[in-house]
Amino acid sequence: MTDIVFPPSLILIIGAFILPLVRGAVRRGVILALPVLALMAVWSLPVGTQVAIEFLDYRIAPVHATASGRLFAIIFCLMAFAGGVYAMGRARLTELVAAYVYAGSAVGVTFSGDLITLFVFWEIMALGSTLVIWAGGGERAWKASFRYLLIHLLGGVILMAGIVWRVSMTGTADFGPMLPDNPANILILIGFLVNAGAPPLSAWIPDAYPEASPSGMVFLSAFTTKTAVFALLVGFPGAEVLIWIGLYMVFYGIIYALLENDMRRILAYSIVNQVGFMVCAIGIGTELALNGAAAHAFAHIIYKALLLMSAGSVLYMTGKRKCTDLGGLFQSMPVTAINGIVGALAISAFPFTSGFVSKSLETAAAADQGLMLVWFLLMAASAGVFLHAGIKFPWFVFFQKDSGLRPDDPPLGMRLSMWFFSFLCIAIGLYPDSLYSILPFETEYQPYTAGHLVSQSQLLLFSGFAFFALLPMMKRSLTISLDFDWFYRRFGRILADEFTIRSSHALERMERQARMRVEGFVRRLYRHHGPHGILARTWPSGGMVLWVTVMLAGMVIAAAVL
Amino acid sequence: MTIGHLPALQVVIPLLAAPVCFLLGRWPRLAWLLASAVAWTTLVIAIGLWLQVREGGTISYAFGGWAPPWGIEYAVDRLNVLVLLIVSGIAAVIFSGSWESVRQEIPESRQALLFTNLLLCLAGLLGITITGDAFNLFVLLEISSLSTYALISLGRDRRALTASFQYLIMGTIGATFILIGVGILYMLTGTLNMADLAHRLGGLQGSRAMHTAYGFLVIGIGLKLAMFPLHLWLPNAYAYAPSVVSAFIAATATKVAVYVMVRYLYTVFGPEFAFSAMYVQWLFIPVGIIAVLFTSIVALFQHDIKRMLAYSSVAQIGYMLVGIGLVNVTGLTGALLHVFNHALMKGALFLALAAICFRIGNPRIENIRGIARQMPWTMAAFVGGGLSLIGVPLTAGFISKWYLILAAVERGWWPVVAVVVIASLIAVIYVWRVVEAAYLHPRPEDAETVAEAPPALLAVTWALVLANVWFGVNPGLVTSLASGAAEALFGGYLP
Repeated sequence: MTDIVFPPSLILIIGAFILPLVRGAVRRGVILALPVLALMAVWSLPVGTQVAIEFLDYRIAPVHATASGRLFAIIFCLMAFAGGVYAMGRARLTELVAAYVYAGSAVGVTFSGDLITLFVFWEIMALGSTLVIWAGGGERAWKASFRYLLIHLLGGVILMAGIVWRVSMTGTADFGPMLPDNPANILILIGFLVNAGAPPLSAWIPDAYPEASPSGMVFLSAFTTKTAVFALLVGFPGAEVLIWIGLYMVFYGIIYALLENDMRRILAYSIVNQVGFMVCAIGIGTELALNGAAAHAFAHIIYKALLLMSAGSVLYMTGKRKCTDLGGLFQSMPVTAINGIVGALAISAFPFTSGFVSKSLETAAAADQGLMLVWFLLMAASAGVFLHAGIKFPWFVFFQKDSGLRPDDPPLGMRLSMWFFSFLCIAIGLYPDSLYSILPFETEYQPYTAGHLVSQSQLLLFSGFAFFALLPMMKRSLTISLDFDWFYRRFGRILADEFTIRSSHALERMERQARMRVEGFVRRLYRHHGPHGILARTWPSGGMVLWVTVMLAGMVIAAAVL
Repeated sequence: MTIGHLPALQVVIPLLAAPVCFLLGRWPRLAWLLASAVAWTTLVIAIGLWLQVREGGTISYAFGGWAPPWGIEYAVDRLNVLVLLIVSGIAAVIFSGSWESVRQEIPESRQALLFTNLLLCLAGLLGITITGDAFNLFVLLEISSLSTYALISLGRDRRALTASFQYLIMGTIGATFILIGVGILYMLTGTLNMADLAHRLGGLQGSRAMHTAYGFLVIGIGLKLAMFPLHLWLPNAYAYAPSVVSAFIAATATKVAVYVMVRYLYTVFGPEFAFSAMYVQWLFIPVGIIAVLFTSIVALFQHDIKRMLAYSSVAQIGYMLVGIGLVNVTGLTGALLHVFNHALMKGALFLALAAICFRIGNPRIENIRGIARQMPWTMAAFVGGGLSLIGVPLTAGFISKWYLILAAVERGWWPVVAVVVIASLIAVIYVWRVVEAAYLHPRPEDAETVAEAPPALLAVTWALVLANVWFGVNPGLVTSLASGAAEALFGGYLP
């Protein structure tokens, strides 16, 4: 390759800093142009392109185009575009700049040929996303962004430790398939999983994301967890532990989403749930499964963003976020409602939507491998998805009771971006080959078989029926015991749930205790190290002379003895 | 002709410029111009020397034509050219940007005095670095120390006097120890030339007197480089000195002391004696680790940002000691790189702080709330320096920490790796406290609005911030120098 390869990630990252310099129509033009330019740059890099440079004795590849990387880069650019349209004119400037840097670094991760580049973009991503949350404004957003940053710095440190260890062991920084069979790789795996929202730190997603602004959360839902999915897909395909981690996430998401009342928190838990599907598929590790994880990530970004745009529009127009305060908005916000329902159908994998053609790859992969239990749990979880995201969200927000609110549909930009993503949801559902052709591996899979259509429809029908049958219970104050019973009767999965719920309580208790201990510890530290502490006193010349004497005597005696 | 005399000119020019500077007492602005011009000249000379030795050669310069073992020798190799470059470079940058800050903080009658002392200090530091003579080193050490005491005492706060006095006591004890050590060595060998000393000490292994000399020298130099727990003079000295003086000595003085330590351990005593007979690593590793962890924590709780940075300096010196204590080429390379990079980052941070002091006076954390809106460039520079201090990739700080971690991994000492990582995390927190106060809090109602710092001060601050980024992205220049020096210092010795 002789011509210059310009990293697509830098288009977004550098371009983001043009935004504060221009205003009005020019700024709007830049917002639209950057993702398009980045997308074109992604498109123009053929798979296999590699730019490598030497840095500190290691060969690093800041631009390394792979099939799976391209797939993720494409959807990230599309997402930045739609998010930009959605946010245009309403989001704060900080948020837009941060979001574009965030999107650009996510694209950067997908083009990383080595662990060092990956780590650099990984950290930029953490900073960018923190600023996006912070731009939500107010005390809650600020606190949430701080907690979020701490978790991601922790993940970053673990990841860095693993990378350093691995690089010093193998002598190369290349990023390729690894096995979690030595401490270095396990640290890297943990670093990736923290960003994927894996247990026991899943809570950062529902904790932080809903505090962002309506448009902020649309951006947030797309990048961090999905770059983690990408990193796992490239780094740890077929690591069996991921199957169980993924399943845990799937059910964690469902249970908590069902208990939640805040509409955007419901969707945040649903992110954990959906990423769980992908992580599980990566754990299965066959070509079909990896295709499934990639396709699901692609489709998921679109429909989850669509759902969040819809929820964000409601929040923007009404200022309310609790399901109990909302309802009956279908009358006055038909566009938002219709698009929300399209997103809900897609996430529930209704036939002829993007969810149907992508998620079924994963369940089929489980079946192909003869993983009976995994297959069964995934199917059960699909029903659960329909319950918490497919029906619960649109029902409580747009139908149910009349809340008396009569807000209008949101402004044009928001409507347009929703229509755009709705269109993609259905287009991919109708023409799955367009998605299948850019998957990492060749695929022959055919989603539209009679058997598949029938079984999926049955699943959806019965869980829909269950929702309305149990509606009175869903409406009441939803306690954990009710939820527990409900699952017990519905699925007979007593053990798994008990584990989930108990462990989350135990975790909470542990967290509280840990916090108390830490506070005590900091107080003690301050006593000793604070400005008046014994180790920070700064006027004792005499004491220091004593130290000098002690050290000198020590050295001389040691020399005499040795 | 002149090329041959570069080693002498490196020290003589600032030394002779100092009295001239003093004579310009009534025209402080001229004194400032002279000091800056001299500092830039020394940088040019250092670059000239670097060009001659970067491929691994050495320069030996006999003062006054007296052949080395008898006369005073100035010897330049890759190790000290690295220190010469950073000291003269920092001096050039800081001196040039110092005028506004000095004019505000120092009464007019003393401004020329300040520049005189800065030049003397610079001459002393450069001389310590370049000389190949043990006694000459002591003399120059005294020149730099005495001028530093005077510089610190020029601070606005009255506590500057006490701080200076305390430093004087401790510094003098340190210098005396060094002198005693050098005296014993002279008694044993009859020579003061370092190369000659090294040669003659080779035959004296096992001598009690040599062990004692070694003990005195390590502790004496340890005092000068603020080795934990002998660091207690440092926070006050940095905190109460005039802002530009803090910036200059924080970036250079302790680094030169680290250089002296390396020079004595490796060149004079030889790594075999230092590490296999005296086990100095068992002093440096624990002391370094404690310094890194404890003073980082102390930094966390400081209200005065200058003191916070001062404590962080002690922690950074801990990194260098750990790097030396790891006793491998990578570790020593890391320590030398950290000498260079830490000068860059602390220089940038202290200059940014000087800019803040220029506008608000007392740099306490509660005083800088919301200041980022009014001084965006200054605070951005502080953040840049802070990132390098933390060791974020693409900054200079990352490179040296990377080498230190690699060296610890090579030895298989995982706890040391953990210490480096944990201390970096603590650095994140204490840098974040400043960022939080400056960016995320509103400016208090009663606080006066301040303008951006003067352009000259800002320009030099940013020059150092950009240098941090430049050496983070292009580390090859410095790493090749440091690793070449480290390999040469170890010679054939491997533990």
